[in-house]
Amino acid sequence: MTPLSALIRRDIKIALRVGGGALIGVLFFLTVVVLMPFAVGPDLALLSRLGPAILWLGALLASLLTLDRLFMSDHEDGSLDLITMSRTPLELACAAKALAHWLAAGLPLIVATPVLGLLLNLDMVATGAVALTLLAGTPALTFTGMIGAALAVTLHRGGLLMAVLVLPLSIPVLIFGVAASQAAIVGPMTFGAPFSILCALSLVSLVIGPFAAAASLKHGLD
Amino acid sequence: MSLIDLANPTRFLALSARVLPWLAAATAILFAIGLYLSALAPDDYQQGATVKIMFIHVPNAWLSMFVWGVMSIASLGTLVWRHPLADVAAKAAAPIGAAFTFLALLTGSLWGRPMWGTYWEWDARLTSVLILFLMYLGLMALWRAVEDPSRAARAAAVLTLVGALNLPIIKFSVDWWNTLHQPASVMRMGGSTLDKSFLIPLLVMAVAFTLLFVTLHLAAMRNEILRRRVRSLQMMQASRVAFSGDVSTGSRQENASTGAA
Repeated sequence: MTPLSALIRRDIKIALRVGGGALIGVLFFLTVVVLMPFAVGPDLALLSRLGPAILWLGALLASLLTLDRLFMSDHEDGSLDLITMSRTPLELACAAKALAHWLAAGLPLIVATPVLGLLLNLDMVATGAVALTLLAGTPALTFTGMIGAALAVTLHRGGLLMAVLVLPLSIPVLIFGVAASQAAIVGPMTFGAPFSILCALSLVSLVIGPFAAAASLKHGLD
Repeated sequence: MSLIDLANPTRFLALSARVLPWLAAATAILFAIGLYLSALAPDDYQQGATVKIMFIHVPNAWLSMFVWGVMSIASLGTLVWRHPLADVAAKAAAPIGAAFTFLALLTGSLWGRPMWGTYWEWDARLTSVLILFLMYLGLMALWRAVEDPSRAARAAAVLTLVGALNLPIIKFSVDWWNTLHQPASVMRMGGSTLDKSFLIPLLVMAVAFTLLFVTLHLAAMRNEILRRRVRSLQMMQASRVAFSGDVSTGSRQENASTGAA
């Protein structure tokens, strides 16, 4: 077993066990979506029109809220120092940790999407489109959010400060995610153009995120 | 004198003290000329006198991006060369950049009221400048969140560079989003080439505002260096007081224990 796969396996195990808190994100996602009809009214036509936007906002906030666990608990028990000092490049270790976090906290959001789509009166095509765009877009949220998590752990600050720093960076993902789902549901644009840009954003953040997070950890931890 | 000589804060303070009055005077003179030329500039046939807002608005908008560029270079200085003044420069630039961005938004919305009939339009440019403003505020919040300046400096440097990479992406996606939502409903200044009677005052004002930034930035850097000196002096004094206090209480306890024995 290579060090990276061991790291991924360990992180997923910790996240799914008692005290891991990966599934709290799904619960939060559900709660946010349930709150929406109380704010806009129980109008099914309106809800199905706003549905993709609501689901995307909920997923964005849910993935943001689980992010501060990415480095914080490892920092508290000292294993982050071991990871930093190990022979594996820190960038790769960061990417592995983010991947594990996405598998544990991001994938359940996508699995929950069909159920929530039902609540928002979305039909099969719309639900499928939102789930597909979330599948392509949430890695970008995790990998850019990892920068904020790394900053938060080096500064011993989390919560609101991290949200304020990370949310502006996630605007492009939100724009293209919602646009691609709307394109699939109502048109008139093709689904392909915004969807491929969304994939491109995920790939770009896959490169930028680990490097920035590793730089932040290298310079910040002492 | 190279950049590395300026790394000595004392030398930087001495040099900037000599340069600052000249810079301030040049800024004032250029502003006088620029404002005079702007006042002389003819009214636009379509926009009337409101076109003169442009002479303030455009330099502010240009500086809002320029300052982020300055901060990015300073951040590279912090992370790569560990230049002692780089993080001072980055920290001092952030509030000034935020102020220029805010002024660009404010003058833009004042111009939009008579032109578009609304103070705020979710136009692509306005929206991306607003996001830039939010990022400036986030960066300032980051600087304020941590007491130790060198610790905050490295985190802020990472964030500034990530922002510099992301700002073009955000700009592009907001442009794309805007064309999707409201096709070409907004009247644009661009397209037509500017007449000389507008271009010359605009250029003078742009140079004047840039000099204003340099002046303010140098002054803010001086303030930051002095503030750090005051802080370290206070810390030294506090630690001296705490240390002497420790010793006295410790000896008192010792006396008490020996007395009891």
